[in-house]
Amino acid sequence: MEHPILFLDLIFEHFHLHIPPHLTYGVLVSLILLGLGYLAGRKISLVPTGAQNVFELIVGGLEEFMVDITGEEGRAFFPYIATVFLFIMFCNLIGLLPGFFSPTANINTTLSLALCTFAYTHYLGVKYHGAKYVKHFLGPIPALAPLFFPIELIGHFARVLSLTLRLFGNIMGEDLVLTILLFLAGMFLAPLPMMFLAVFTSVVQAFVFTLLSMMYFAGSMEHAH
Amino acid sequence: MVRKSVVALLAMMVSLLFASLAMAAEPAGGGASGLGAFFSYAVIAAGFGIGIAAFGTGIGQGLAVKSSVEGIARNPEASGKITVTMLIGLAMIESLAIYALVVSLIILYAYPMTKPIAAALGMKI
Repeated sequence: MEHPILFLDLIFEHFHLHIPPHLTYGVLVSLILLGLGYLAGRKISLVPTGAQNVFELIVGGLEEFMVDITGEEGRAFFPYIATVFLFIMFCNLIGLLPGFFSPTANINTTLSLALCTFAYTHYLGVKYHGAKYVKHFLGPIPALAPLFFPIELIGHFARVLSLTLRLFGNIMGEDLVLTILLFLAGMFLAPLPMMFLAVFTSVVQAFVFTLLSMMYFAGSMEHAH
Repeated sequence: MVRKSVVALLAMMVSLLFASLAMAAEPAGGGASGLGAFFSYAVIAAGFGIGIAAFGTGIGQGLAVKSSVEGIARNPEASGKITVTMLIGLAMIESLAIYALVVSLIILYAYPMTKPIAAALGMKI
């Protein structure tokens, strides 16, 4: 499998720096998001038009959906949820452009996102319940606590693994399929139908990661069984 | 008549499979024959792994879509919520096939187990 040609790689090669592409493109996506936010927030009016309208639609819709799942206390961590959603969606979509690379196609990016969610889950649990947060891990019957504790612990670590592998596998799989189709039948525009599917699954995977984060937060904030 | 031809076809396929396996091991030659066969078996395993995962995922996702379409048929006004729930469920089920895909890709491109097998066959890598 040949090495893909990436614009930022070429630029950095000129300065003899060997920065891995998932880092440079991650920073590029962050800069794009900051730029879009700045553009949308320049002229704020009561009746939104243009870029402000689009952003209000996305952010407002996501917040309503989140409050449905987590309740009113969820508004405190809405910035994290919205950031994760927009970052993952833009990361996934940018890989479809030729010469660009999805940071989420590398397991380091997805693992760090999953670890952020994991850490925030336990931070929220300790913040809302204090030391009694351990009761979440002990199961419904106190007598069986020594049996439930390892199972719950493994379940929590399995969440990190499943979030990581789901996002990484989907996005890397899509990019790999596009590369192979291009290599096999690029003259006949074979990757084109796969690209439509790739746009759809990119958005869906970002949404699923965000939804699972919301549900984990809601689960750690609620009362124990 | 049909049954006899089906049996004959299956017998031919099985014998071809064994013949191809035997012939795959030979051309690598000498002490490397064991390791060449290992790579052939690894490729076969990767193909079967993702095939079985796709089979299970197809059935699982088919059941999910079946129930959601029945729900929409019963109550067309709820089609928005049902569609969103169905898409989330499909993504969850698909992730199991993605785990199998990751394992297949590891087998194909990262060749784990090469060193222990080479050591067991008495070769140095």
